[in-house]
Amino acid sequence: MIYLLDLFLIALGAALINNFVFYYFVGICPFIGVSRHLDMAVGMGCAVTFVMVIAAFISWTITTFVLMPGAPVSAWVAGFFLAPETAATIDLSILCYIAYIFAISSSVQFVEMYVRKFFPKLYESFGVFLPLITTNCAILFACLTIMAKVTAADTPADAWGLDKALTLAFFGGLGFTIAIVIMAGIREELELADVPRPFKGAAITLIIAGILAMAFMGFTGVDAGLRNALAM
Amino acid sequence: MAEQPTTTERFIQGILPENPVYRQLLGLCPTLAVTANLQSALTMAGAVCFVMFCANVVISLIRNLLKPHLRIVVFTLTIATFVTIADRFLAAYLYGMSKMLGPYIPLIIVNCIIICRCEVCASKQSPITAAGDALGQSIGFGIALFSIAFVRELLGTGTLFGFQVMPETWPGWGIMVLPPGAFLTFGILLAGVNRITMYQDARKKHRGL
Repeated sequence: MIYLLDLFLIALGAALINNFVFYYFVGICPFIGVSRHLDMAVGMGCAVTFVMVIAAFISWTITTFVLMPGAPVSAWVAGFFLAPETAATIDLSILCYIAYIFAISSSVQFVEMYVRKFFPKLYESFGVFLPLITTNCAILFACLTIMAKVTAADTPADAWGLDKALTLAFFGGLGFTIAIVIMAGIREELELADVPRPFKGAAITLIIAGILAMAFMGFTGVDAGLRNALAM
Repeated sequence: MAEQPTTTERFIQGILPENPVYRQLLGLCPTLAVTANLQSALTMAGAVCFVMFCANVVISLIRNLLKPHLRIVVFTLTIATFVTIADRFLAAYLYGMSKMLGPYIPLIIVNCIIICRCEVCASKQSPITAAGDALGQSIGFGIALFSIAFVRELLGTGTLFGFQVMPETWPGWGIMVLPPGAFLTFGILLAGVNRITMYQDARKKHRGL
């Protein structure tokens, strides 16, 4: 029960309370650039969610087994060259940024090739967005959040498992999709509105995003309230 | 092939005519996220300047070895290396600031401005031009961050660089330091810049006639 509640709170936090776009400002570039039409926004959202889950899986795996201080695989490899007690304390976490960005860009390439080969229909609908996703900060941000939760935990029991990492990634992607779809819906209506000329395009989009961010601030504290209500 | 701009042109273009934030709308994540006060905004601008300068020069030095289909990966890996250096440096000498900027320092890796400069300038021109371009673009980025952070800190807390500027009775618009304030401030400033551009264009056209 507590386990499910934890997962539920992580999901709620990632999707609504600390929405990637409105709270952390990551993924703003596609949010402004690709939110002109509803169908494109849905495609982009799905592509980001998809890649984010894959990137989270890869980054959790390499963090836990290779990069963390005293990670099993790197300790085993170092055991061939170093004394056993030095090898056990090996810490590769300085390499994490390079490892993550490499993992993200290569996984995007693989996903693109795979989707093009086996799901041509799907490729037509969101294939064009896939290369753009490499430089989408939301993906790297999800990886970094997971890294912080895995390495900075006080006790090994507090470190996030794969289940929590994947929950965060999936619902973070969902939150991004919600944000971009709402925005695309508003912008389609905006085509008919008489916006002052200097505000046309990005400026009015940003102001609408500000108002939406205020609306999303309404979710603040929902998680603490829920935790109290359910844990009683 | 069209004539490539010279070093000076590249440098001047980056500051205002092709300002990365206001004109090209690139690198918006840090623009919005770290501008709640001036200190963090300027630290961010400094970090981006260092990374962009080094990455541009290195990419420019190896530009003849780049393979077209692998270039983006090479760009991001080069940038990631310098971001790691900047991140460790900040953690060592400005620990509080490094804590405050949190994940936004590593997010410089995917800052589109730097990748865009590597693609547009550094992979085609000499290291000196690339260096001038990087300096111009980072000054432009710094100006943009400074303008947004100035408005947000002044209205949000009544201070500049942490010093009280507004009268003691200033109520402090809490919304300005919260996420929505970032969107609103940037949207309104962007509209102001657009308005000035429109005015200049109209005058140019008028003179041309």
